[in-house]
Amino acid sequence: MTTHMSTQTVTPTASRRSHPLRSMLLKRSAQGVVTLLVVSMLVFWATQLLPGNAANAVLGKSATPATLAALEEHLGLSKPVIVQYWSWLSGLLTGNPGSSLINGDPVGVVVSGRILNSAFLLVVAGVIGTAIAVSAGMLAASRRDRAFDHTSSITALVVTALPEFVVAVVLILIFSTQVFKILPATSPINPGSPPWQQPTLLVLPIITLIIVIVPYMFRMVRAVTIETLESDYVQTARLKGLSEPEILLRHVLPNIVPASVQAVGLTILYLAGGVVVVEVVFNYPGVGQGLVQAVATRDIPVIQFLVMLLAAFYVAVNIGADFATLVATPKRRVTR
Amino acid sequence: MTVAVLEAPVVHHARRSELAYLLATAARSRRGALGLGLTLLVVVIAIIGPFVAPHSPTEFVTSPFAPPSPGVLLGGDSLGRDVLSRVLSGGWQLLLVAAAATALGVTVGAVAGIAAAYLSGWRDSAIMRVSDVILAFPQLVFALLMVSVVGPNVVLLVLAVGFSHAPQVARVLRATALDVSERDFVKAVQITGVKPTKVMRLEILPNLVSPLMVEIGLRMAYSIVIIAGLSFIGFGLQPPSPNWGSMINENRIGVTLNSWGTTVPCLLLAVLCVGLNTFTDAVARAALGTDRADRLLLTEALGESEGVTA
Repeated sequence: MTTHMSTQTVTPTASRRSHPLRSMLLKRSAQGVVTLLVVSMLVFWATQLLPGNAANAVLGKSATPATLAALEEHLGLSKPVIVQYWSWLSGLLTGNPGSSLINGDPVGVVVSGRILNSAFLLVVAGVIGTAIAVSAGMLAASRRDRAFDHTSSITALVVTALPEFVVAVVLILIFSTQVFKILPATSPINPGSPPWQQPTLLVLPIITLIIVIVPYMFRMVRAVTIETLESDYVQTARLKGLSEPEILLRHVLPNIVPASVQAVGLTILYLAGGVVVVEVVFNYPGVGQGLVQAVATRDIPVIQFLVMLLAAFYVAVNIGADFATLVATPKRRVTR
Repeated sequence: MTVAVLEAPVVHHARRSELAYLLATAARSRRGALGLGLTLLVVVIAIIGPFVAPHSPTEFVTSPFAPPSPGVLLGGDSLGRDVLSRVLSGGWQLLLVAAAATALGVTVGAVAGIAAAYLSGWRDSAIMRVSDVILAFPQLVFALLMVSVVGPNVVLLVLAVGFSHAPQVARVLRATALDVSERDFVKAVQITGVKPTKVMRLEILPNLVSPLMVEIGLRMAYSIVIIAGLSFIGFGLQPPSPNWGSMINENRIGVTLNSWGTTVPCLLLAVLCVGLNTFTDAVARAALGTDRADRLLLTEALGESEGVTA
């Protein structure tokens, strides 16, 4: 007697020939490439061509018309716009995004360590945060309107509103400076070694990110779980005499995957922006802090590269999340 | 297609009072009253603060990070200025810029979203592709990029934050406006040959009051977070005039000597954001009922992407 009540949304058979999926992926990828192309023009136009170009930025107040002209020549700024844009774009695509204006190092060298650092932070916070959010969300929904649900929902509503840097600073006050003095207040990890070799430095940034992302995912999971729990097939499962944990694991969990994937995707997107401020608070050498430093010193090649990197990441996550949602929702990929 | 679509609530009352009705219902709920109270508390501090501040916010009255003393009730900040006076004077600019950015973002987004939904076809695609481009930047990064080009200034801040809101507002309102444009009363007016701009303004817009209210509340909260965050990292509102975001950053190095310069701005920002979000939540509940409001806020919260709801 193991009729699967959830078959209506989890049948895999009808979708063997998953053309809708492939065409969706192709279409969205093409759209994504076009979007990024326009983004690249925008970024290039903004950073390179507006008054105060790279040459000005490097020379600052010491610029004289002669030195300015010489440096513009050296940086290729006197060539036609199209030529400049093309050499920048082709460099970007062939792994040669230019050199930092500040110390002359290739951009790749400047940012590669930072990318690893930020990625590590995102992945750890993302995995732990998702686990907490999904379990707490399902638990709250299954005990709807009881004490746990009320406390966790109200906590989520409050915490979700807080700015990242306020969360970070309050955590520093509590754990580093005022109450307990057990964790370092800044996380300037050694650029030579990978972040996981300096775990105490990572605790506060990771906790900050988790606190920032869990409430949103929690609310999403709770909302879809409630919806699922009210569906007919869950009622039938109850009547059949399945225990509540069994219902949650076997019938509810598979059906909240699409919405959860979407929530995780949106959370990663949010993190791409939120991590900037958190890295600055903790002086953590990641992509965000690198961008802020580059903006402060007007290091245009680094700004261009990091902004393009974040935009590409954004577009890719968007497509990936939608794709994963479709994969997890057979009904949708068939009816298309 | 993607957002839990808001239908206008059954109208028992004249259209114009829908706004008043929503706000009143929200404010009467426990959640809404609390949210409104917290928001107003901070707003009142920000508005009357500059007039009751004991010192000028830029005057040096004590030594850096001096502990509280009579006359300097919350002690000194990183340069020896009066923390209390800076707290009292540090809110209005933030609120004003956030309000301007919100107004710009919601207006542009609403016009674009409604136009996309009603005009449909290539104009719809064009509007949505443009918003895709802006959506490819995290909001803070978009602002940082603009700041890196022009340098920090208030007008730029409003433009950068406002325009980064617009595509998300546009998506939400487009989804709702699509639903409204399909209704008979819109079709009926359309047949009589009324100009599209007039149909959008007089027939569609009035039916979008509740999603607009929710958007304004959410966007205002985000504006505050982004502008305070940009100020915190040094690219938003510029010194020497105080604002709560910059204050937290300036004063946190001396937090063991005088913590008030850090904790009080943190508290005010937190109360303001929590208040605004809670009130917005209450407005959404008044418009939709609890469950659908939850769902809607969630999909809207980060500017939903295609294919959210199964």
